[in-house]
Amino acid sequence: MADTFRTLSCHGFDSRLQVSDFTQTLAETVREASASGDPLCIQGGNTKKFLGREPVGKPCFMSGYAGVTNYEPTELVITAKAGTTLMAIEATLAEAGQMLPFEPPGFGVDATIGGTIACGLSGPARPYRGAARDLVLGITCINGNGQILKFGGQVMKNVAGYDVSRLMVGAMGTLGIMTEISLKVLPTPKQTKTLVFECSSSAGLKKMTSLFARSIPVTASAWHDDFLRIRLSGVKDSVDAAAAELGGEFDPDGDQFWQKLKEHRLDFFNGPGSLWRLSLKPKNEVLPLTDPYLIEWGGGLYWVKTSRPPSDLIKIAASAGGYITRFNGGDRTENLSGLGDVGMRLNQQLKKGFDPQNILNPGRLFA
Amino acid sequence: MHSLDKRFLNEIKRVLPSHTILLSEEQRKPYECDGLSGYRALPGAVLLPDTVDVVQKILALCQRYQIPVVARGAGTGLSGGATPHPEGVLLSMARFNQVLSIDQVAATARVQPGVRNLAISEAVADFGLYYAPDPSSQIACTIGGNVAENAGGVHCLKYGLTVHNVVSAQVVLMGGEILEIGGEALDNPGYDLLAAFVGSEGMLGVVTEVTVRLLPRPIAAKALMSSFDSTEDAAAAVARIIAEGIIPAGLEMMDNPAIVAAEDFVSAGYPRDAAAILLCELDGGIEEVETDVATVSRLLLDCGAIDVRVAQDESERARFWSGRKNAFPAVGRISPDYYCIDGTIPRRMLGKVLAGIADLATQYQLKVANVFHAGDGNLHPLILYDAGKPGEFERTEALGADILQLCVRAGGTITGEHGVGLEKIDQMCVQFGAGELEQFHALKKVFDPDGLLNPGKAVPTLSRCAEFNAMHVHGGHLPHPELPRF
Repeated sequence: MADTFRTLSCHGFDSRLQVSDFTQTLAETVREASASGDPLCIQGGNTKKFLGREPVGKPCFMSGYAGVTNYEPTELVITAKAGTTLMAIEATLAEAGQMLPFEPPGFGVDATIGGTIACGLSGPARPYRGAARDLVLGITCINGNGQILKFGGQVMKNVAGYDVSRLMVGAMGTLGIMTEISLKVLPTPKQTKTLVFECSSSAGLKKMTSLFARSIPVTASAWHDDFLRIRLSGVKDSVDAAAAELGGEFDPDGDQFWQKLKEHRLDFFNGPGSLWRLSLKPKNEVLPLTDPYLIEWGGGLYWVKTSRPPSDLIKIAASAGGYITRFNGGDRTENLSGLGDVGMRLNQQLKKGFDPQNILNPGRLFA
Repeated sequence: MHSLDKRFLNEIKRVLPSHTILLSEEQRKPYECDGLSGYRALPGAVLLPDTVDVVQKILALCQRYQIPVVARGAGTGLSGGATPHPEGVLLSMARFNQVLSIDQVAATARVQPGVRNLAISEAVADFGLYYAPDPSSQIACTIGGNVAENAGGVHCLKYGLTVHNVVSAQVVLMGGEILEIGGEALDNPGYDLLAAFVGSEGMLGVVTEVTVRLLPRPIAAKALMSSFDSTEDAAAAVARIIAEGIIPAGLEMMDNPAIVAAEDFVSAGYPRDAAAILLCELDGGIEEVETDVATVSRLLLDCGAIDVRVAQDESERARFWSGRKNAFPAVGRISPDYYCIDGTIPRRMLGKVLAGIADLATQYQLKVANVFHAGDGNLHPLILYDAGKPGEFERTEALGADILQLCVRAGGTITGEHGVGLEKIDQMCVQFGAGELEQFHALKKVFDPDGLLNPGKAVPTLSRCAEFNAMHVHGGHLPHPELPRF
C-alpha cells in the first residue's frame, strides 16, 4: 500500500505524528473489532505460530507493511515498519557493518521485526549483549481501543512517561499491534572466534559461569553432548589474547554452530518429545535432569526434550529459582507458570488497561 | 502544624516508633524539596521505616485513609520527583541501607533501596566487579531513586541505563501488597513489569529491594581530550568514531562557556579558547584499548581537532574527567543560580539545536553553557540566572521550556535521564498526545487505582494539557501573532 502521510493536529505544537494509510486502516479494523468483540490474530511472517498458547481470531496481516523508515548508522538506531523481515533488517545493518546485538532467532525466512519484538526472543548473545527488551527504543502501536500511539523514540535516553515500548516486548501482541519499531544497534565485532572444549556438563557449566565476573569478550556459551563452546568477539588482539587465556580448541565451524543453535536446527532439537525451555539464574550445579538437555546463556537457559508431563520440570525449575515454558509441541492450553497471584492479577489488569475488549491475540500469553 | 487526619496518625503511631515519625515543622523542613530546590512543600509527616513489613502497613493505612504518599531516597533528583505532598506522607527509604547479598557466580547484588549507588560498587570491588550506571550524584543518590528515575550517567552508551542493569525488584503496592518483579533468570514470565517500574517516578509502587547486575571491571581504560574550533566539527567526530565501530565507555562534549567555567574551577587542563572539547574514554582489554586509542586519535585529527591529548597516567585521566564531573558546580561559581535542562536529541541534530539554543538565549537575554553526553545525544544546557533579580527565574523557566520544545521538534525528548517530576509536567503535553496520556493513566490505575502515589507528578491530566496547549504555541504560530510579546 502506498504511504501517503497526513498530519494529525492532536499533538499540539509541531511535533507531527505521521500516520500512514495502512496504520489508519488497521486502527479502523481494531475499532470495529472492539465494537463487535471479534478477536484479531496479529500475524507477521507466521514463523512462530507454535509459540505460546493457541492463536485465535481473524488474521490481521502485517507482512505487507514493510520497509526501513530511518537508519543513520552513526546514531546506532534503526527504525522499521513492523512487517519488515528480520533478514531485510539484518542485511541493511550488515551493509553498514552493524547488527542487532540480541541476535534474535527467526525460525523461518519470513520472520518480521514486529513478530520478533512481540515474542521477545533473544539468541545466544543474550547474557552478554542484552535482550530484545534492552534494545527497544520506541514504538508506534495501536491499542485495543484502536488508538494510534507512539512511545519512546529514536534516542538512547528517554525517560518521559512509562516505558510502554519495553512492555510490548514479549507481550505476544496482547497489549497492542506494533506498526513501527526503533531499535538500538551496534557495530559488528571485527573478529569472532569459537573455542570448543570436550567436557562433562558439570565442568562445562562451571567454566561458563566463571566468565561472568571476568573481563573477557565472551558473546556466547553453550554446552551440549559433551562439548562446551565459547564464542569470543571483539578486536583481533583481544580475541586472540582471550583465546590463549581460555585454552581449548579452535572450532572452524563455530559460526555455523551458533546459527544452528539460534534457529533450533541442531540435531538435538529434532529429537522426540516436546521442547521445554527452563530459564533460571546461572548456577554452578547442573540441574538434575533425566531427559536430553542443552545449556546455553552461561548456564541461564536449559533446553529440554521430553515426552513426559512437565510436573518434574516445574519442580526442578522452581527449586532453582527459575521457570519453564513449553516452547514447541504438546498441549498448549496450560496457563503461564511462575507468576504469583498478585503478579497474575496485575498482568490481567494490565491487559485490560490496554485492550479492554480482549480482542488483541486473546489468550495467547495467558488465559 | 501538620494537616493529617488524627485517626490516621494514631494508627501510624502503632506501627512506627515515635522517633521515626517526624511531625514538627523543624523536623519536616529538611524534606521540603529534592535537588530541584525551586519547588518546595512541607509534607504532612515524614515517616522513616526500616522494615518491609512496616512499609506494607504504612501503605495499607494510607490507602485506607486516602493519604497521598511520596517516596524519597537521597533527594538528589533534579525534576521534583520527590517534592512532598502537603496533605501527604513523605516516606523516606534512607534507613534501608544494607547490601543484602552478593552472588559472585551470577555477578549480581541484592541491596536495599537506600543503598547509595557508589556504595554498591564499593561493596563488590574486592571481587573485581562494579555497578555500571554512574549518575553524577552517585556518591549520594540511592539505588531506589535510580530505579524510580531510570538514572543514567556518563557510561550509558556502552553499559546502559538503570533499566539495563537491574534484574529484579521487590515492590510494595499501594494497599500493602508485595510484588516481586523481574527475576534473576535472564527473562521472566508475563509482561515485563520491571520495565514499567523502572523510570516510573514513584507512581506505581515503593521499591523495597533491588537486585542489580554487576560487571567485571575493565582491565584497561584510557582517556583522550581533544579540542575543536567548532561544535559541528566535534559532533562530526563523534559520528566518525561510532561509524568506525568503536563504542567508547564515555564520550562527553562541553562548549566554550562550560570549558572556561570548569577550567577556572578545577584547572583540568582544558584549552580556554576552544569552541568545544570532546572527552573520550576507551576501556576493555589492554590490546583493545591500545588499538582504539590509536584509531580514535587519528579520527579526531581527521575531523579537524586542533589538539588531541591522551592521558599518560591515572592522575591525568582523573584530571581530564574532573572538569566534566565538576561542570555543574563550576557553572554554579560564575552565576548566582543555574538551571539544568535535560533534553535528548538525535546526535546529527546537535549543530542545529545548539544554534537554536543560542538564538533563544539571546532572545531571553540569558547565558547558557552546554554539557553534552555526546555519545547518546543527551544534552544538558545550563541556564545561568540570578534568582534575586525579579522575573529572572520565570524567564529562565520559559527559556528551558522552549529549549525542550526545540529538542522534541528535532526528533528528541524532553528528558533523557532526570525525569519529568513536577518540573516538566507541562512539556509532557508537547511530547505526547491525548491517546498516549490516557494509556499512561490506564497503566497507573492498574497499580494505584486511587492515584495516591506521588500525585500530580510525571504524567499530566488531559485537562492540564488542554489548558497548557490553549495558552501555548500551535504549529509554530503564537495564538495572537498580531500582539507584541516580550
